[in-house]
Amino acid sequence: MVTVRELPVEEYWLPGHSACPGCPAALGLRMLGKALGGRFVLVVPAGCTTVIQGIYPRTPSRVPLLNIAFAASASAASGLKAALELRGLDVPVVVWAGDGGTVDIGLQALSGAAERNEDILYVCYDNEAYQNTGIQRSGSTPAGAWTTTTPSGKRERRKDAALIVAAHRVPYVATASVAYPLDFVEKVRKAASIKGFKYIHLHAPCPTGWRFPPSKMVEVGRLAVETGAWILYEVENGVLKLTGRSRALLDPSKRRPLEDYLRLQGRFAHLLRPENREQLERLKKSVDEAWETVRAILERGGRVF
Amino acid sequence: MARAVLSGNEAVALGVKLARVQVVAAYPITPQTTIVEKIAEYVDRGELKARFITVESEHSAMAACVGAAAGGARAFTATSSQGLLYMSEMVFWAAGARLPIVMAVVNRAVAPPWSIWCDHNDALSQRDAGWIQLWAESAQEALDMVIQAYRVAEDERVLLPAMVNLDGFLLSHAYEPVDAPEQALVDRFLPEKTPAPYWIDPSNPRSYGTIAAPDTYMEFRYKVQEAMENAARVIEEVDEEWGKLTGRRYGGLIERYRCDDAEVGLILAGSWAGDAKEAADALRRKGLRVGVIRLRATRPFPAERLAEAVEGMDAVAVVDRSLSPGLPSVLAAEVKAALYDRARRPLVKGFIAGLGGRDVTPLDFARIVELTLKSLKEGVGGVECYGLRGGGGGDG
Repeated sequence: MVTVRELPVEEYWLPGHSACPGCPAALGLRMLGKALGGRFVLVVPAGCTTVIQGIYPRTPSRVPLLNIAFAASASAASGLKAALELRGLDVPVVVWAGDGGTVDIGLQALSGAAERNEDILYVCYDNEAYQNTGIQRSGSTPAGAWTTTTPSGKRERRKDAALIVAAHRVPYVATASVAYPLDFVEKVRKAASIKGFKYIHLHAPCPTGWRFPPSKMVEVGRLAVETGAWILYEVENGVLKLTGRSRALLDPSKRRPLEDYLRLQGRFAHLLRPENREQLERLKKSVDEAWETVRAILERGGRVF
Repeated sequence: MARAVLSGNEAVALGVKLARVQVVAAYPITPQTTIVEKIAEYVDRGELKARFITVESEHSAMAACVGAAAGGARAFTATSSQGLLYMSEMVFWAAGARLPIVMAVVNRAVAPPWSIWCDHNDALSQRDAGWIQLWAESAQEALDMVIQAYRVAEDERVLLPAMVNLDGFLLSHAYEPVDAPEQALVDRFLPEKTPAPYWIDPSNPRSYGTIAAPDTYMEFRYKVQEAMENAARVIEEVDEEWGKLTGRRYGGLIERYRCDDAEVGLILAGSWAGDAKEAADALRRKGLRVGVIRLRATRPFPAERLAEAVEGMDAVAVVDRSLSPGLPSVLAAEVKAALYDRARRPLVKGFIAGLGGRDVTPLDFARIVELTLKSLKEGVGGVECYGLRGGGGGDG
């Protein structure tokens, strides 16, 4: 296990950027930089991170950064990696994309790059909606959540992007949370040591979009894991294992009640009212089913497929 | 120099090989497909040391080229019609990012209704993207143009992507004798790609494409315009130099065919220029002095060169293989704009013809000249759709 002491003191994502207070993407970028010691290049599609960078000619990034169109990041990263390899430069190319840019508009390019097993690391920071354009629902928004395009709560469940990528049988897939930064760092480092396509799906609680105070960002992220709403695991060469806090939570009785997680967030406030019991149950069911999927996989020796 | 019988598409692929392209990303579409099939063969046999990225869409093809060029590599893709429209967002991106990518566009009509046959609406839809747009007449020119396009695009005065257009089937699949330049000659003309001046250099981190506020965005766009103005000069220089090396000079931005004493001119782009020249020859035998101006570039638009070429002409016919509904002729409008400030200018008559691969023969061009002379007598220009069923000039 990595410890805080082992991380570089050096910062690669400089202060003065324009993220909202308590932004999980900014924390994630900071940890990503430390995990790789600043030796990598970033590809960033449209999303919050476009804005977080601030306005030309300034940039908070101390690594080379290529901004790219919304649906284009995995393909652009493929081309960039090819070019760097031609120059004999062995530098990780890292895509840093939101859930909209990953599970929705960017999914086709992501699937193409995964299928070609491009030697890139793709990180999806998942704040569970199109937060940058003003909190619209995405394919990653959980059932029941309020967004500006689901004013009475999202009817559908979220799609499981990490397992979609795993279905491409790439060498490494992991989930992580900004609330467990050392676990994230460890996964980034492991991913960087592997050749081929790597994918990390990083849970990123967004104070602005989820309607909770910025000071609670890490707390909300931890509650997501402790209640089982977010599961930490990695899939190495097709074999899944639970990691970190989630290792102890396969047994439902060990998980905290989902309400502990929901209660802190304005986007779920309506679910706790008695008349919306059905929506709450639907969300709980989707959480339980995600765990059942994991259990079934573990029971066959962790083989995802 | 080796002589070979090649299709237009094979000639493009050979040009790509001779240009020592380093990254190719492409997605199949008729009639472009045989270009990238040939390139895949070259790469597979080790004759072209390039990475071929077999992307899942045209949007990704151009995105991968953008990534590759941003990383300092010489990048190539090819597409047609729907594919070009699908990648359009990235076409604009490549130009704004000032990346010297070369793309062959094998011109094909846009659906619906489905059509795999030639017209120019696909490329002209990308007119304002910031790409240099070049048009080949023959397989030989397509080969030479790919090599020239890299020289122009990579010139530090330019740094813009370049599109090499060739007519679907009429050129892409027609075979003709082609002189293949020696590799050594091409290497002298087009040196190995260096990543300078701007690239994703891990030892010199920069952020590319960040947000430009209203106080800087306009300058970024203006620089694209400046680069395009420079490109006009560079295209001519490069054509001149290529001519010295190979004996093949195409005329730079435009080709003038028998224009010097012409009373009437035909202005067009693409492979049907050959038919227009044939018509001009035939009409001259009958005593009518006809010339042809072939646009080799539509971006940058060769306004100056056009004005020089039409000096002394009484009328010109601009024959457009595309339609801008409501305008309706892109090229006629541009030619008119180019001549508007001239004290003396010919009558400009626009014709829309050959959409969706409809055949246009030398006899049709002779008829177009006849219709233009009629308009001249009446003193009215305007635009007409030529050869429409149940009407239009071609039925006569």
